Formats: sequence, C-alpha cells, structure tokens
Amino acid sequence: MTVAPNPVLPQRVVVAGEASGAVLALDEPLSFWGGLSAEDGRVIDEHHPQVGACVTGTVLVMRSGRGSSSASTVLAEMARLGTAPAAIVMIDADEILATGSIVADELYGRAVPIVLVPEADYPAITAATTATLTLDGALTLT
Amino acid sequence: MPLTLTEADQAMLAGETGDAAAMAMRVVTRVADAMEAAELLSIEGAHIDSCLYLGQAGLDFARALAAGGAQVRVPATLNVSSLDLLHPDLFRGDATTAADSRELMALYEGMGCRPTWTCAPYQLEERPSFGQHVAWAESNAIVFANSVLGARTHRYGDFIDICSAITGRAPAAGLHLDANRRGEIVFRLVGVRDELLHHDALAPVLGSLVGHRAGARLPVIDGLPPETPEHRLKALGAAAASTGAVGMFHAVGITPEAPTLDAALGGRAAAMTVDITPADLRAARDGLSTTVDTSGALGAVSLGTPHYAVAEFGRLREALAGRVVSPDVEFFVNTGRDVLHEISLRGWQAELEQSGVQIVTDTCTYITPIMADVHTYAMTDSAKWAHYAPGNLGIDVVFGSVDDCADSAVAGRLVFRDEMWADR
Repeated sequence: MTVAPNPVLPQRVVVAGEASGAVLALDEPLSFWGGLSAEDGRVIDEHHPQVGACVTGTVLVMRSGRGSSSASTVLAEMARLGTAPAAIVMIDADEILATGSIVADELYGRAVPIVLVPEADYPAITAATTATLTLDGALTLT
Repeated sequence: MPLTLTEADQAMLAGETGDAAAMAMRVVTRVADAMEAAELLSIEGAHIDSCLYLGQAGLDFARALAAGGAQVRVPATLNVSSLDLLHPDLFRGDATTAADSRELMALYEGMGCRPTWTCAPYQLEERPSFGQHVAWAESNAIVFANSVLGARTHRYGDFIDICSAITGRAPAAGLHLDANRRGEIVFRLVGVRDELLHHDALAPVLGSLVGHRAGARLPVIDGLPPETPEHRLKALGAAAASTGAVGMFHAVGITPEAPTLDAALGGRAAAMTVDITPADLRAARDGLSTTVDTSGALGAVSLGTPHYAVAEFGRLREALAGRVVSPDVEFFVNTGRDVLHEISLRGWQAELEQSGVQIVTDTCTYITPIMADVHTYAMTDSAKWAHYAPGNLGIDVVFGSVDDCADSAVAGRLVFRDEMWADR
C-alpha cells in the first residue's frame, strides 16, 4: 500500500491563492451554470448525486469540469457574493472555471484558487476532512 | 515554459491601444498562463457568450470594458440573451432583470458584436472554415466548430470570448493544437436498430451517454451512418458538452478530421473502447427524464435547444402533420432569427403557429421565465434542455423524440413509442 504524501504537491497551479476549508468531494463533475445557485452556493442540478449540497467556503474537489461556458460568470458572481468555494481542486484542467476566477480577481480582487493534482493523490484528497492550500499549490490534508 | 508575447501583444498589454484592450489582453495572458501556453495565436472570429445576463459580475465586466473604449478586432457573433426582442411579451420575469439584461446586450452591441442572439452561430450564413482559429464560447457551439467544421477553438467560457475578440488573440494551447485534437476514448455502436440509427432521437441520447463517460477525454464515435446530417451532430455535441467537459468529438467517416478510426486517434491506440448497446441507450434515455409519474396531463413542450435548424422544423412539420396541439399544452420552439426568416419564407411559420406552436427567438425557454408554471411535467427532444431545465426551472422533464413530443402535445398526455429503442 502506498502512503499518500501530505502535503499533496500540485501538478499545476492554475490560479494561485491561499485557502482553507472543509473538503467537499463531488462524485461527478458539476457545471457551475445550471448546476449551482450563485445566490446560496447550493447544487441545483437535479441529475447530480449531490444535489442540495452547499459549496460555499469548501475546498471543492472534482475530477474535471463539465458543461456550460457560462460557468465563468457564475464563479465570478459567486466570488462577488461571497458564496464561492474557498478553492477548487481538480485532476483535469478546466479553463472555463479558471477564467471565472481570474476575472473575479480583476473585478473584485477575489480570485478562487484552483490547483490540479496528480491522479494518484486523488483518493487521499477525497477522503480528507479539511484541506489547507498555500500559495505554492501545496495541499495539507487532515 | 513561460508565455512569450510579441511586441504588439506587449504594447496592447501596456495600454498603448487603450485601457479596454489592456484589460482584455491581461485576461487573455492570465488564461494563457493558466493553460501553460507558450505563446498567443491570432484568431479570425469569436462567438460571445458573455452577453447572457447572470448577475452583477457580468455587467460589471462589460461596463469596465465599454468604459475603456472596447471594440472587437475580429467579427464577433452574440449568443442568446435573457430576452426575446422579437416577442418581448413572452418575458414573465421582473423589470430590473429585464433592464440589466437589456443593458448587457447593448454594451456588447456597442463593442461591435453582431446582434445574432443565437446559440447556434454555425447555422448563420457565414461560419468558420476548416482549420481557422476562432474563440468561441457556448459549449454546444464550441463542439460544433471543432468537430463538424474543423475550425479550432478551445473550450472557452465567458469573459475570455470577448477579450479574445478585442485583442484578436487567444492562447496557443488546448484544442487549437494538433496534439490535443486526437481521440482518446472510442464509443462503438453495437446492435442498434436501423430505425434508431437513422432517427433524430439517437444523437442527443448518445451524446449524453458519451459526455458522461468521456468526462474530459476526447471521444471518438464509431458506427453512425455516414450520411448523418449536421443537425444530429449538433444534438450529439450539445448533449456531450452538457454531461461532460467535451469540446470536440470525432465521428468516424463523418467529421472532417476522422476519415478513419486511425485518423481520429491520430495514429495512436485508444486508451479505452466502450461498446454502446441498445440497453445502454435506453438507460441513458431514461436518465434524461426526472419523473416516472407521467399519469398526469402534459404541461408544456420545448424544442430547439440548441436553436432549431431548418431541417428540424421540417421534421416537426412532418410529426405534427397539421394537427393542433391540446389547448392545455404550451408548445415552444427556440430558434435564431435567420432560421425563423427562412421558415417564414417557406410558409412553415404560419402553419406551425396554426398548430399552436409558439416560436421563441434570441433566447431559450430554460434560461429565462417564458413558460407558465408546469405542475406536472414538460417534454423535450433535447438532451441539453432535459439536463438543465429541471435545475433552472424547478420542473420535471420527460425526454422523447420529436414524434413523441408532437403526439403527446396533441393528446395532452404522454405518448411514447419504445420499439426503435429495442435490441436488434
């Protein structure tokens, strides 16, 4: 059995930032548009296994992106309203979310940090209770 | 590798061509950095999704660009908005949202974008040609541009679409590059009946299944008839882009970069091959519906997500065959102005309206309050609408073919034909 490293080192820092929060690991990817309510951070996608969950302030973990181009605006709007996740951790890059985070930074100085992690470390991350992200993209799990 | 900028890129970034261009170039370069692009490339067109009002952030961004004197440098089309400007009485939302939506639309028109208001810009007269680099947002349009036209766009979201249009530049990364356009996962149709293979209803269901299983991997579909028309490829791509992070697919023997399976895979072996059976398709089809209780009266039908093509209106005419829909069923079809113009010239618009069909332009029934409250269920022939409408509108949805939708609307209750979905 391999022991996962702690902290987990990133494959790539997509949008740098510091964050800490409870880990919310999604069983399936989520389209932020059509999948989340910007007003309260809840999953509204009726086809999603975690419909009703709240992403606000969490370290949101999902394998990849999904769906709509409008997710950029939804993420920026959530950052404005204070309902966004504290950070987003993925395996596959999703430039639609990256763009939303970058524009939230441009407009409001509120980037949502996004890091990509190696596939091998994914199970340890999804099993964690909380995660703390540092500027260099390292993710400390508890 | 760090991002290398040309002198012109740097000048723009430094504000020498205006504040808006500097802001736009900053966003483009930051996204390029996030994608680990080595450089930017020039684009020849853009499709802008940022014009759909979804809250203050979108408006703040457009106002900042407009205040800095933003003008697009390449031809840019506009996606759907929240309002149907041709049929404004259809809007049931509040006046503030309508005013904000209208302002956002006007801001993008003011930047020089064409007021096309369609999610299917590939159904306009001018469209990108093979190999052309463009910056398109709108998930279904991205897939169509890459897969069917052979144009090249990454899977872009809001903001970067207009920033690329203003700068004329996009990251040289992702689906712009040959290496990232090779198929990775093969879906092989096995044992599907000929009737279904040649029916419009297969594409959205197959696309939904493919997107779900492919995730962020580029799918190759093997086994579709070579004469599969564009509107089915549209429905397939739209569905796959809803359930997956799909920006492109190959259909062997159909799409331009996939004359053979080997070509679609770029000469490599597939990472995975998945057989798709009629049982898989039935499960995917049923998964598109949110309700099994269809004993009540049908509340509404919505077709045209993405915007209906002329060929799809033709199929709807055949399916309705001049019959009138039940007075208790609202029947909507979303489309673009160009297609509406074409079907009105053909006399189809008047005919469909006599059947009780309400045509919606410029927007879509799942992004803005147009439909009356549905207390039972609504029907659609679109996997994309079935995917998003339950969350957006809070209603139950049943997926059916255009024939099922037409028959159900006339009957006022669910009529569904299962035969073509059976094993061969």
